[in-house]
Amino acid sequence: MSLSTSVIFDASAPWSLSSQVSLRDEAFGALAYHHGNRRLVFLKSRELVAILRSLENFSSVNEAIDAVVPNEHDRYVEAVGALVKSDIICGR
Amino acid sequence: MGANSSLRDKFERGLAAPICLTWELTYACNLACTHCLSSSGRRDPKELNTDEAKALIDEIAAMQIFYINIGGGEPMIRRDFFEIIEHAVNQKVGVKFSTNGTRIDAEAAKKLAAIDYLDIQISIDGADAETCDKIRGEGSYAAARLAMDHLRDANFGEFKISVVMTRDSIEQLDEFEAIAKHYGAQLRLTRLRPSGRGVDVWDELHPTQEQNRRLYKWLMERPNVLTGDSFFHLSALGDPLDGLNLCGAGRVVCLIDPIGEVYACPFVIHEEFKAGNIRDAGFNAVWTESDLFTSLREPGNPGACGSCGSYDACRGGCMAAKFFTGLELTDPDPECVFGHGETALAAKKVMLIPKPSPDHSRRVPVAITAR
Repeated sequence: MSLSTSVIFDASAPWSLSSQVSLRDEAFGALAYHHGNRRLVFLKSRELVAILRSLENFSSVNEAIDAVVPNEHDRYVEAVGALVKSDIICGR
Repeated sequence: MGANSSLRDKFERGLAAPICLTWELTYACNLACTHCLSSSGRRDPKELNTDEAKALIDEIAAMQIFYINIGGGEPMIRRDFFEIIEHAVNQKVGVKFSTNGTRIDAEAAKKLAAIDYLDIQISIDGADAETCDKIRGEGSYAAARLAMDHLRDANFGEFKISVVMTRDSIEQLDEFEAIAKHYGAQLRLTRLRPSGRGVDVWDELHPTQEQNRRLYKWLMERPNVLTGDSFFHLSALGDPLDGLNLCGAGRVVCLIDPIGEVYACPFVIHEEFKAGNIRDAGFNAVWTESDLFTSLREPGNPGACGSCGSYDACRGGCMAAKFFTGLELTDPDPECVFGHGETALAAKKVMLIPKPSPDHSRRVPVAITAR
């Protein structure tokens, strides 16, 4: 199991959901499962799920967040960034 | 990411599909462990056939259940065992399976090592043959260790060693840790439940209060030891143990038995906790529509535990442990760390212990041969 602890998260750069990750919608948000490292992560808001699904359509995480929750930008930068260490998202 | 309490409240209302789905492939077993949760031994003639098993996996994949826990009985006894697990992993449904190891010879180990998305748990219930075999039968310890040797020699990678915590095995925690280290394996400890044949041995084998306190401390110091969320009743001792710390029965957890019956969790194979059968309208229908699961997802009644300051930590403990010791579901867990369960047990004048419904125990024990 290798985790990208050394990867630095830059919200002004383009990121995407890992191709090894499946999302399952739930009432509280979604479950994210990484088939490679077998980590199960609880995504605790539907907005966060919408942002993750749209990441690849934007040239930065900042833009993806502002398209969904412009008023809660900083909180969501933190929430998206927290998914780097479990390899749920990766740089592209 | 640890689950915070608001997330736990949401989990208690149930998920779109289980996170932890256990599927007992067969009631057939070549061992006769005294604490067997499923009273296994003899194959049930109504066992799901290969096509039904594959159709179930297709449905599991469609429901986006990311992995399944396969058990038994001894799952490797099924002739189509490899066919079934390969069908699952080919659809990216990960498989974790529990085995006594007796069917893992050098050849099987190589075959297992070649499969992705596969986790193996080998059970021992003592860190030496004497302690283990007393529970699992003569030769069981040697057979399990030989299976571990084969997996190591086949470069399987990190497998799991699974141990049920009994009054004896709990005294060997450091020895188990050493065995796991020896193989580069992960240690997994689970709670002894009075389910299945366990109902007959629970009184004499379940850990004492003092042992449970030591276990809690030992686990808190070792976040890497897996527990399958087994010991959440001990979280009332202080900081919560790693995990969801709730009874997931029918909410995030359920069991499919070898003949397709769906139960609320692996520890309640009993008529009262049967939600339906996958042969009727499929598994999804049982999970989403059954009366039993609907009622389990309603806000719980804390009952006698409502006035205890630790209710939020342990949520009253394990439903199965209460049921099979003759307690009400609103009573405290029989192993409540404050002793409220023992008081409740002592207060019951007439103990009507429910017997597990289906019993597949063999009448004559069979000697184990290691491969």
